Amino acid sequence: MSSPVKSKGARPKTKAGSDTAAEPAGEPVKPARAGGNILIVGVGGQGVLMIAKVVALLAQKQGYQVKQSEVHGMAKRGGIVFSHVRYGPEVWSPTIVKGEADALIALEWAEGLRWLDHLKHEGVFIADTRRIVPPFACRSRKAGAPINYAKETPADIVSRVADGFALDASTIAEGFGDARAANTVLLGVLSASLAYPEADWLEVIEASVPPKSRDINRNAFAAGREWALAARANPTLRFDSSITSYEAPAGLLQPKITLEINAAWCKGCDICVKLCPERCLALNAEQVAVLKSPDACTGCHICEWLCPDFAISIRTSHPEPVTA
Amino acid sequence: MNVQPKTVDAGSRKRKLLPLMGNEAIARAAWEAGVKVASAYPGTPSTEILESLAKYPAADIDAEWAVNEKVSVDIAIGAALEGVRAMASMKHVGLNVAADSIMSQSYIGAHGGLVVIVCDDPGIHSSQNEQDTRLFSRFANIPVLEPSDAQEAYEMTKLAFDISEEFDTPVIVRSTTRLSHTRSVVAVGERVTPKPKGFVDSSTKTVTIPANARRLHPKVIEREAKLAAYLETSPLTRWEKGDPKFGIVTGSISYLYVKEVVPNASILKLGASHPLPGETIRAFAKSVDRLLVVEELEPVLEKEIKAMGIACEGKAFFPRLGELSPELVRAGLAKAGLIEAAPPARAIDIEPMARPPVLCPGCPHTSTYVALRGLETRVAGDIGCYTLAAVEPLKSMDTAVCMGASIANAVGMWKAGTEKKPIVATIGDSTFLHSGIPPLIDAVYNKANITIVILDNGITAMTGGQDHPGTGKTLRGAPTFKVDYETMCRAAGVEWVRKIDPYEVGRLYQTLREAIVHKGVAVVIASRPCVLDPVKIKGTPLTIAKDGCIACQSCMNLGCPSLTWADEMHEGRHKIKIDETSCIGCTLCAQVCPTDCIQPVTP
Repeated sequence: MSSPVKSKGARPKTKAGSDTAAEPAGEPVKPARAGGNILIVGVGGQGVLMIAKVVALLAQKQGYQVKQSEVHGMAKRGGIVFSHVRYGPEVWSPTIVKGEADALIALEWAEGLRWLDHLKHEGVFIADTRRIVPPFACRSRKAGAPINYAKETPADIVSRVADGFALDASTIAEGFGDARAANTVLLGVLSASLAYPEADWLEVIEASVPPKSRDINRNAFAAGREWALAARANPTLRFDSSITSYEAPAGLLQPKITLEINAAWCKGCDICVKLCPERCLALNAEQVAVLKSPDACTGCHICEWLCPDFAISIRTSHPEPVTA
Repeated sequence: MNVQPKTVDAGSRKRKLLPLMGNEAIARAAWEAGVKVASAYPGTPSTEILESLAKYPAADIDAEWAVNEKVSVDIAIGAALEGVRAMASMKHVGLNVAADSIMSQSYIGAHGGLVVIVCDDPGIHSSQNEQDTRLFSRFANIPVLEPSDAQEAYEMTKLAFDISEEFDTPVIVRSTTRLSHTRSVVAVGERVTPKPKGFVDSSTKTVTIPANARRLHPKVIEREAKLAAYLETSPLTRWEKGDPKFGIVTGSISYLYVKEVVPNASILKLGASHPLPGETIRAFAKSVDRLLVVEELEPVLEKEIKAMGIACEGKAFFPRLGELSPELVRAGLAKAGLIEAAPPARAIDIEPMARPPVLCPGCPHTSTYVALRGLETRVAGDIGCYTLAAVEPLKSMDTAVCMGASIANAVGMWKAGTEKKPIVATIGDSTFLHSGIPPLIDAVYNKANITIVILDNGITAMTGGQDHPGTGKTLRGAPTFKVDYETMCRAAGVEWVRKIDPYEVGRLYQTLREAIVHKGVAVVIASRPCVLDPVKIKGTPLTIAKDGCIACQSCMNLGCPSLTWADEMHEGRHKIKIDETSCIGCTLCAQVCPTDCIQPVTP
């Protein structure tokens, strides 16, 4: 078991990765004076910056030079958010070099996977298993189309990294009354990897959250820390083994969709054209509705139902979903 | 010259230490330097400078949001000519808006002290381009200081005012996104209150009629030479002796990346990149076997050093596009054969799905773009959160050029005479006030047949929620006159103006149809407050009755991040579910749902 504070230099060497042999698992190593690189990632609105602030304040409290770097700007709600925290006796670059992060903390599962290449070989990986699946994940809406969320499960990843922890921090936090305290649960997990006094952690956390949510955050931190200490002692607890697959239900058969428009009955009112979710209908030169992109039609029947002239009929030979 | 910075080491142990973002450090320095007037228009990554300044006492500093960057610089110029220290801050593209003023002010000088903070955005995190402000400093012939970290941002901003007064020149302090938004500990000092100098009573200097301008221009050239001489000996120019095998000329944040990769190299750090200290560069070049230039974006230093007849290498090894990083500096030095290449990074064969930024749940701009797509319009867009409507699933914006371009772009599209679709310009409230009013007047004056939608969410949202003349509040929160868009449009000669609530989807469609049919300029003001600022709006969330959902996915065309794919299926298609923690209950999805299965959560 290696610790994020185990790296020999605050700054990566010119020739990186020369001393990266992972150590056997055990209890947290005492902090060296060397410093560390902590990368915190998640989705807009989850509280990435709050964790970064806590880690930065904590490092500052230990007498380190600290740089905390993030990029604000574009409407980040629902977008990717990340923060680099670097500390040590002397810190130059505000950003963490790829492959040099001592710890990667992910507030959302797929975001943790996205940044995995930034983690050191012996670095600590801490992730909430909660998924936030964006509308973008399903580009094709046809029957049987897969959701392109990452397929790797917590078990896959924890077995691939040297020191991984994957827990449903959001549910733990919900138990204390606010799912948003999931970030503090993850701080509790991190605290078990960095041997700084628990009192220091609690002090900086309390200084970083609104007074009314101090109790929730104190409980969330304690729960995360307790979980991590138990998981260190018993590696089978390091990931949620109930999650066996992130794959979309497989084996769905493409239904055959037949859309027919009775041109004689269509008066060109445009309702179907405007209301088709896939925008696959159009009016032709004679002001009659036609199916312009049959490939996009999902057979949802909206045009059929809304047509005031009963001019559209859809027949779907839909096989029952074959669930895995 | 007696302009010397108080270096960090000088008594830093006694100085107060504060964890400051680059932008906050600049604000602190401005306050300490005794700036009397500070003005800005918000723009990422510069916004926090003025927001931080507003936290200092109003008696010390008059900090205000200007309606645009040119106005902010003109205000700062007026104050400087009155003999007090003045500052304007902006993002790189804001400098284009303010360019006219700065180009002339370079001739006039600074009198009380005039500093322009410009934050560049290498890597285009939140901008429309990645122009390099160092090129502008040469164009305007004014010095540009380039701090590397928050401490230097603080030191150099203070020094910039001394230089400005001493050399009678506006001074640019150039930050970048990475510096502006990195927090580190800064040793700060005490505030000084410079004695006001009084108005610069010399019309031959302050009125740029041709006769005066011809006299002023040679002084600008003289000033350049004096500044270059000053920079030869100033601590802004720092020679770090090291391995003589190769030497690196660098500055700004690039310096940090160089130190990260080759901490013991010979480095010439240029704290000011214009004008260049030629003699020092020549001597440095002689002291090393090989000279390299590490600079973000354009090969500005490289070209000028080569023009001095000094051999150097730069863009052959380092990219001209995007942000630099320790990785890129290391790769470049390795490509030059000076250090070993980094071992390949951990290979991960995982590709999580794309997660592009999206409009917020309940964003009042959403429905307008859904309707504009449905109405098959040609949409000239503008700069703001709503520029995200250019991508799927809203995908209804055809152009976005720069601040305030939409209305005039639409006029041009109409004049071209070939467009079959109805032409619509969409512009946010803050952007409309920034630079949308002259083109509105132009559209009426030239009898254009276009529709203009003013997306009025009552705030400058994109940059994090700043007040503007349409909010009725100043930077410090004091009540003030609130612009009325309808009155303003009518005064410009617009006869057809309608104000609507974009949450009423049916009426929105109807109004847009009428506007498109109207011959001449039609203005639709879609008013509904931003869901984040000034107050976070949170209503009863909605939920989907699973039995009712027929997986038609009409609601997914809103692109609302609260709507996600459920694991349940209907006829093989994914049903939808609503994330109740983020849903604010705007009801847009319920309004487009054909089966009425979206209902408020019952407690």
